[in-house]
Amino acid sequence: MTGSRAVSISLLLEMAVSADPDRIAVVSETTRYTTAELNALADAGAGVINETGARSVAYVGMGGDMLPLLLFSAARAGQPFAPLNYRLSGQALRELIGRLPQPLVVVDKEYLDLIGEAGAIGVGQIDSGTFCARARTTTPAVQWPDPDDVAVVLFTSGTTSAPKAVELTHNNLTSYVTGTVEFGSADPDDAALICVPPYHIAGVGAALSNLYAGRKSVYLRRFSAAEWVRLVRTEAVTTATVVPTMLERIVSELEARPVPLPTLRNLAYGGSKVALPLVRRALDLLPEVGFVNAYGLTETSSTVAVLTPEDHRTAYASTDEAVRKRLGSVGRPVPGIEAVIRDDEGRPVAAGVPGELFVRGEQVSGTYTGIGSVLDADGWFPTRDLAVLDSEGYLFIVGRSDDTIIRGGENIAPAEIEDVLVEHPEVREVAVVGAPDPEWGQIIVACVVAAPGASPEPEALREYVREQLRGSRTPDRIVFRPELPTTPTGKVLRRELVNELQTVNAEGTQ
Amino acid sequence: MIKSGTRLKSQVCDTQVIVVKTADSLDDLRAGGAPMVPLDGDASGGATLDPDFADGAVMGKRYVDGAGAEVLVTKAGAGTLSIGTVPMAIKEAKPLPASD
Repeated sequence: MTGSRAVSISLLLEMAVSADPDRIAVVSETTRYTTAELNALADAGAGVINETGARSVAYVGMGGDMLPLLLFSAARAGQPFAPLNYRLSGQALRELIGRLPQPLVVVDKEYLDLIGEAGAIGVGQIDSGTFCARARTTTPAVQWPDPDDVAVVLFTSGTTSAPKAVELTHNNLTSYVTGTVEFGSADPDDAALICVPPYHIAGVGAALSNLYAGRKSVYLRRFSAAEWVRLVRTEAVTTATVVPTMLERIVSELEARPVPLPTLRNLAYGGSKVALPLVRRALDLLPEVGFVNAYGLTETSSTVAVLTPEDHRTAYASTDEAVRKRLGSVGRPVPGIEAVIRDDEGRPVAAGVPGELFVRGEQVSGTYTGIGSVLDADGWFPTRDLAVLDSEGYLFIVGRSDDTIIRGGENIAPAEIEDVLVEHPEVREVAVVGAPDPEWGQIIVACVVAAPGASPEPEALREYVREQLRGSRTPDRIVFRPELPTTPTGKVLRRELVNELQTVNAEGTQ
Repeated sequence: MIKSGTRLKSQVCDTQVIVVKTADSLDDLRAGGAPMVPLDGDASGGATLDPDFADGAVMGKRYVDGAGAEVLVTKAGAGTLSIGTVPMAIKEAKPLPASD
């Protein structure tokens, strides 16, 4: 840490205040903060943090106004901020808290019982209401972090391994925001509806980028499709971001109970793969809304590629197969991000050839606590996502490289089969996984959630795939499930599916 | 060479910037005709705003020169940003849709 005032995420708040101190920046239930109020609370919140001697701030709660408040208070205190997944068990939360340096634990009162004596792990514990009250009376104590100091620590969801602590520096996050958002570009009446959880990179990104754009942030702490629709109408929401599961519920809600959303201009979706039939349903239902597919990772400070509203409309209306396909792409890299696809030997591949996606730019961290940086000598971050770039630079994500099925020596990306099966009228959702097999190494198993009221024949589904893909892509088995196991943000837990398949096999009840 | 992320202020107007992309040219970065100084540095050099460099620096805009340097205006001011006596240009960016 240095004493000089270099760039930090605090600067984004300073700029917002300097442009318009009286603008409403945050709305969360009955709480409303102007930029100047948020600024004053963050200064005093830094005082609350520094009084405790904390070297980090952990947060267990549902966010809302607490997210921007703690994010900027911690930044002003010069300490890293770690919002945690409040849906984890008390034991899991205490483990994560134990991995942070001398944490002050801030907890929403609903979770006090859950986490127990977590405060004893660090310098203490304080409930969110008390933190806010003290931030109104404590003397500001501001320190200036170095641009390379850690601003935010986020734990990965751990779908394939134990959660890793991703470190995002002030420079990473500030570069992301100033590089992708035009300052003060929002109209005075613009409002963003934020329902992504506080421990998700999109939640952190939203708190920073909407403030910088000059857009009011309206928080929905506990998502339901009906409440989301109600808030869009009552708060005159102009932009919103959702994860795929939420998009599906919103579309279903609007199909069941149609109401106009006249103010909504942009609806962004991301966080995990969205099935094409859902994208088409959404476009048909809300033709006036501009859809945005945002692709990013925790390690890249949120979005690195965007499929714009114009891209969506062009792809949907096109008769050219190559252009139509782009409805399923994640668009093109944002300014400040370079993207390259490499083969197994690390050599860049030509357009149309799949390989691992590498990205580079100031917003890319690639640093984990206890592991260090995984960037290569030239600053490239291996995303572990398999991807293809088309001839015009549109990026397609094929899947996680860890999810690749190797059947009889042949590499098979589950997404290739999923993209076909999900178009079958009797299929609602599908995840394709590799199950261990003595003969083939792995076999292809399609875990299918049937469309409401449908009961598809396994053989008919296999035939449907065989007609469209090479024979080696035909699922060896089809299993039906009432739903797929997912993380709260909609990522399918493939490991869980594989484990269940193995258990079933071991019991011989196949 | 000045470090990326450094915050600078004008000696003769309210302008403040951060260095986004550094280059040697920034060693002669001026606002309102006078050299910019570190944010917590001394600005009592007695200089006044040069009327030939009084077109203003616009809040939130990025300014670039021909050498690859880029600064972001974090506080608007009356002075023109220049490298020596050559004014910097506003970098026009194609706006992206809100994505988070």
